Amino acid sequence: MSKTIKLKRGLDIKLVGKAEKRIVELPMSESYGVSPLDFEGVVPKLLVRPGDAVKVGTPLFFNKYHPDVLFTSPVSGTVDCITRGDKRKILAIVINADGKQESEKFETKPADKASKEEVKELLLKSGLWPFVTQRPYGIVANPADEPKAVFVSGFNSAPLAPDMDFVLEGEDENLKVGFEALKKLTAGKVHLGIKAGTDGVVSRVSNVEKTAFQGPHPAGNVGVQIHHIDPINKGEIVWTLDIQTVAIIGRLFNTGKLDMTKVYALTGSELIEPVYVRAISGAPFVSLLRGNIKRQGRDQKVRIINGDVLSGKKADPRGYVASNTNQITVIPEGDKYEFLGWAMPRCNKFSVSRSYFSWLRPKREYVLDTNLHGGHRPYIVTGLFERYLPMDIYPMYLFKAILAKDIDKMENLGIYEIVEEDVALCEFVDPSKNNIQQTVREGINLMIKELS
Amino acid sequence: MEKLRNIVDKFKPQFEKGGRFGWLHSTFDGFETFLFVPNTVTKSGAHIRDVNDTKRVMIVVVLALIPALLFGMYNTGLQHFRAIGELTQAESILGCWWYGFWRVLPLILVSYIVGLGIEFIFAQIRGHEINEGYLVSGMLIPLIMPIDIPLWMLAVAVAFAVIIGKEVFGGTGMNIFNPALLARAFIFFAYTPFISGETVWVRGFSKGGPFVDGFSGATPLTSLSESASSGTLDFGDYSLWDMIVGTIPGSIGETSVIAILIGAIILLWTGVASWRIMVSVFAGGLVMGLIFNLIGGNAYMDMPAYYHLVMGGFAFGAVFMATDPVTASQTNVGKFICGFLIGVIAVLIRVVNPGYPEGMMLSILFMNALAPLVDHYVVAANVRRRNKRLKTVKA
Repeated sequence: MSKTIKLKRGLDIKLVGKAEKRIVELPMSESYGVSPLDFEGVVPKLLVRPGDAVKVGTPLFFNKYHPDVLFTSPVSGTVDCITRGDKRKILAIVINADGKQESEKFETKPADKASKEEVKELLLKSGLWPFVTQRPYGIVANPADEPKAVFVSGFNSAPLAPDMDFVLEGEDENLKVGFEALKKLTAGKVHLGIKAGTDGVVSRVSNVEKTAFQGPHPAGNVGVQIHHIDPINKGEIVWTLDIQTVAIIGRLFNTGKLDMTKVYALTGSELIEPVYVRAISGAPFVSLLRGNIKRQGRDQKVRIINGDVLSGKKADPRGYVASNTNQITVIPEGDKYEFLGWAMPRCNKFSVSRSYFSWLRPKREYVLDTNLHGGHRPYIVTGLFERYLPMDIYPMYLFKAILAKDIDKMENLGIYEIVEEDVALCEFVDPSKNNIQQTVREGINLMIKELS
Repeated sequence: MEKLRNIVDKFKPQFEKGGRFGWLHSTFDGFETFLFVPNTVTKSGAHIRDVNDTKRVMIVVVLALIPALLFGMYNTGLQHFRAIGELTQAESILGCWWYGFWRVLPLILVSYIVGLGIEFIFAQIRGHEINEGYLVSGMLIPLIMPIDIPLWMLAVAVAFAVIIGKEVFGGTGMNIFNPALLARAFIFFAYTPFISGETVWVRGFSKGGPFVDGFSGATPLTSLSESASSGTLDFGDYSLWDMIVGTIPGSIGETSVIAILIGAIILLWTGVASWRIMVSVFAGGLVMGLIFNLIGGNAYMDMPAYYHLVMGGFAFGAVFMATDPVTASQTNVGKFICGFLIGVIAVLIRVVNPGYPEGMMLSILFMNALAPLVDHYVVAANVRRRNKRLKTVKA
């Protein structure tokens, strides 16, 4: 029986647009995109040019600072173009798929017989290494490091998040082999955080150290789970992976082929049919969301988010699904003025404050837009953030230390234990409307710069 | 509202940077955001945000002050008519309130005009948005003044509080001392006769006039501190019930414990004020009162401890002043410690120091100064826990 950790602090924001438990199989799209921007701390160096033929698993670019970390193509076909932004920054490598899905051959051994070096090399070559994230800092892991443990969260607790037990149905064998491979990467343990009270495919994984978590979001965040299982201290490194990636690793070991097919939850109030879809990583939004976005009124726009509403990234509707997400959310933009809004009852909006009325209907699902609902102010209200960060950390003191660029204080107050997603709820509830996730990322980048 | 929005949009370009009135941008923005919650959208991070903002937080506090304000107006009239012996007038609730309304209104207007004026100027110079903090301070200041305070004096005190108390530190959110209490402390030390003694608490009393013979005008606390030295307990002509209802002389908003408790319920229910601070201030006052009961020694020390909680500015300070999130302690543990000490010190000053009949103002200001220190040790304990974890791993 695994241990259960109960978390009290946090918040489940209930939104309209939960994905229906049904998987729509999407046909192959014409083009796919891979973006270096999906990975923190990567400076891309290209390995292909427009016109080059690629197979599934052919390297497209590598990380300048760790040349052995390769990023590979999810489809076979030809490189169409490299889209660039300001200062010729690479935004995406676009590949025209030929639909044949020819794959590079990877030499595999059964995961339990492979050595640590063999597992590492396979992950690096196949392009799955970039999905191994290092904590502290939440950046792509350095293959040369020795992590003290590997953590995988078996469930996602963010608003409208996909149900991983449903997403991974039938992947029992792949998960088992995937975790077996991960065990080779660390001398320590491989931890899996599961949702208390579930008995799906994730809970059935038996070859790892399992801990059950109970409580509201962010209980499913791997950072929160690490904090409660085996917190990160100064100088320590752990690696984390998304559970769907673990299944993909298992597939690679079982078949010798890279198969980047994933299940995505299409969610949000502006979808006609919120549903799960099976598609290859890097598919364009145009094909995923075609005909599924509700007709909008005049002047009304929608926002497409790679990920969930709290910590996802705003996406270009003509762009491609990020490599490291399991969810796409579509919500209305909130670029509207609201007459005397701050004085109104606002019965159809959500607030954790009892000065509004959402506490009266705790089960209600809301349609929330992207309006900031106020102006930026210095931190005024105290004691609020603590209620939404279930860690032994004083969030406001940490944020202020980051703003003051005080490295020692940041270290002492726990910057090693958080990444953006862990403080997303603090940002949501902050009446002073500070961009806390951005602050945290700037603090992390400063730490990387100063300590390397 | 479409029409109003169109008007605002028409004038907006002139107030933008480079426009004709570009130098008034913050002022325009202040009024615009008052009328319309802006159309700004999130860029990254949390794409949706709670609808709660600082305007809402501040307006809840102002709302919570309304019962105390309305009662303060009524009480101003009541005390006045009692003092001049027009007891039939004093029986009319509306009459008393109407009289008080016209006497209190100028204080509120002066407080807001001077305070907001300075806030606007500073926001303009800094190019910031106008902060809503003064909406609360501007209401608090008149409520902790005696009714007979000269308006120019109030204006000077407000200017001092806003400039020295707040803006030099960087504005709302950065200040160390509660601005409203600073305004009162300023008058208390600069113009002592206008804010203490027996004559300032009833409208017109300090100027003399047709007052009833033998009417004292002293607050129960003043009577008490004077009588205690002679070994008796004298609350003036007032009973405990009078002090709870608030029909006694005193600062405008502080007299009615009932009106203040209504405000406290609003603040606690909405979660705007910290229950930790509020409860521990009352607990601190009660405990210190009980300690004095144990020691005994003079009549004041033997007074039942709960009297302290209903007299003078104790309740008002505990509910509205000590709970100011910016100047109070910012950690949950610190809130308990600082709140408790505020209560203890307030009663200590009252009973032990004959010079100051009321100790709440000084006690809160003192703990405002100490709160960062208390917080420092609370946070240091967290840091120690984290470092200890590191050592156990290494060992």
